[in-house]
Amino acid sequence: MVSARRHPICSDEGIRSQLKQGFQGISRGLGRSYGDSALAAAVLDLTGLDCIRSFDHRRGIIHCYAGISLQELLSVIVPSGWFLPVTPGTRFVTLGGAVASDVHGKNHHLDGCISAFVEQLEIMTANGDVLVCSQTEHSDLFHASCGGMGLTGVIVSICLRLRAVRSCYIEQTTLRAENLQVAFELFAENQGASYSVAWLDCLARGDNLGRSVVMLGEHADSGGLKMQYKAQFAMPLDMPTGLLNSSVVRNFNRLYYRHAVNGQEKEVYFVPFFYPLDRLAHWNRLYGKQGFLQYQFVVPEDAAFVVMTEVLSRISAAQLGSFLCVLKATGPGNANYLSFPLQGMSLALDFSFTLSLLPLLNELDAIVVDHGGRIYLAKDARMSAAIFRRAYPKWQIFSQVRENYGAAGVFCSAQSNRLGLDG
Amino acid sequence: MSNVLIIGATSAIAIAFARQCASRKDRLFLVARNATRLQMLVDDLQARGAVAIASQLLDVSRLDRHVEVLSAAVKFLKILDVVLIAHGSLPDQQVCETNPSALQQALQINGNATINLLALVANRLQSQHCGALLVISSVAGDRGRASNYVYGAAKAAVSTFASGLRNRLYRDNVRVITVKPGFVDTPMTVSFDKGLLWAQPETIARGMQRAIDRRRNVVYLPAFWRWIMWLIRAVPESIFKRLSL
Repeated sequence: MVSARRHPICSDEGIRSQLKQGFQGISRGLGRSYGDSALAAAVLDLTGLDCIRSFDHRRGIIHCYAGISLQELLSVIVPSGWFLPVTPGTRFVTLGGAVASDVHGKNHHLDGCISAFVEQLEIMTANGDVLVCSQTEHSDLFHASCGGMGLTGVIVSICLRLRAVRSCYIEQTTLRAENLQVAFELFAENQGASYSVAWLDCLARGDNLGRSVVMLGEHADSGGLKMQYKAQFAMPLDMPTGLLNSSVVRNFNRLYYRHAVNGQEKEVYFVPFFYPLDRLAHWNRLYGKQGFLQYQFVVPEDAAFVVMTEVLSRISAAQLGSFLCVLKATGPGNANYLSFPLQGMSLALDFSFTLSLLPLLNELDAIVVDHGGRIYLAKDARMSAAIFRRAYPKWQIFSQVRENYGAAGVFCSAQSNRLGLDG
Repeated sequence: MSNVLIIGATSAIAIAFARQCASRKDRLFLVARNATRLQMLVDDLQARGAVAIASQLLDVSRLDRHVEVLSAAVKFLKILDVVLIAHGSLPDQQVCETNPSALQQALQINGNATINLLALVANRLQSQHCGALLVISSVAGDRGRASNYVYGAAKAAVSTFASGLRNRLYRDNVRVITVKPGFVDTPMTVSFDKGLLWAQPETIARGMQRAIDRRRNVVYLPAFWRWIMWLIRAVPESIFKRLSL
């Protein structure tokens, strides 16, 4: 259990006054990163700093304070024909958090991470100055802060270039892949699809290893821009530990695969397409009191098949079923020092937490990093400093930039401590 | 499209309410104390589609300025369709127990200032023979508890005053709506541990709009608080005084 002092922030003056009083800790949005990146002895709660500064309806440029949630943002932009250029798998994150994690979405293979659409950031550095940074201005701070997990300063505002849409519906195509080989081929064949992602049955073995359902999407032209508001269901309390055990997961996976109709095309509202889990609030409670760990890695293209096969065999052998398992082809990496994606394939898994899981994940870390891959910081809760340094070779440049802008020793989290970034 | 006046506009519930108004393309007049935050909100509402916005700074404890601010609002909006009085501060109960000036200040902001504004706005609405006047009271005003009876006493005064106004203005087609939120997750309540009973400001704001549309008088938000408070009021004083709630 981490207990923290939470300071609600409603204006940049609020951040400045905390810094003047010797704040040491991390800024936090909606706290949806899976690991310890938003945990510290003191946190600046930015969710109250959620105003829009300006919205150019004609050009599709919106300038917001960092604490605005993607859900709120969508409710403003979608009715006027705009969409997020990149969106992660939940709307319940803040824009500031999304930039600090340099999130990617189902369109990464074509469009890259969210930072590619950030026109400029305003960052408050440790001394209370607000610096405007972009690819060209204070570019070192920009590249350190996009994906920098809030360790360089407080992202105060973001100017984001949006994507024009004609409808809030998605034309979704579902394809079945009986094993990993076929899944890889489907991703390769459908590189031109705007959105692609695969749900993968990580307990399938033998010839069926890597059995998946690939989903492709394109923005529809019809259907209109009227938002639908559906009630959210909520998990009221922690379920008993072991509810999501391997036999439940195996049966669910089997049904899910059988239920998918190969080649089916249908028009779906954007929310279930991009945010299937948002429908059930507090879904983490399904894992019971001890919770779960999320693990996402990416490996370069040439090693991807070998690594995925190895990883899936080990998970399947260990009988540590992951309920949610998402496979995705990723496009080229970017210039940000700690940004996650690189050209290849990424796999995200979540595991009900048990102590026996930790050695398994350590083994997976080694396999991934040996093949030039990385583990996603927004989901990491346990990677070692040694693995981090191998996975993110630009960590030294990142540390230097933090030093230069006075962030070291001021902005730090449980994660930065663990990863050896705080000296 | 309505003309909406919001006092205490940068409070979390008022912000959520104002955003609903903006997305419906209402005309807004905002009153708040902090200039920076007020300007941030004005920009935000403009970006969300508010047709016209004006604002004025006011520290509500300055009762002598109320008339002037209200006239500015009337000048801009002409007709007041909806008025929301939302300002407030949660005083430190323990400090108020020993420090008379803190006590006075808490009563001034949460009680006197609100009542003075209610009185002035009521007269204006009466003269235009229409309008909805919402005032944010609190479940804390339903019964005094050791942990926050200063705030509770001020809110009780507000609830009673609003009830009287509702009675007086009924024939003038003016609706007075007393809003009694339960626990709301806002900057005002940051130091509390949040459990199942806590609601988001957006939920409260939606409930307020529903209360206007359905011509309600006293609304508990979320609605289950009506039953909780019914129970709390039902406990005999001889027992209640022994409880620590």
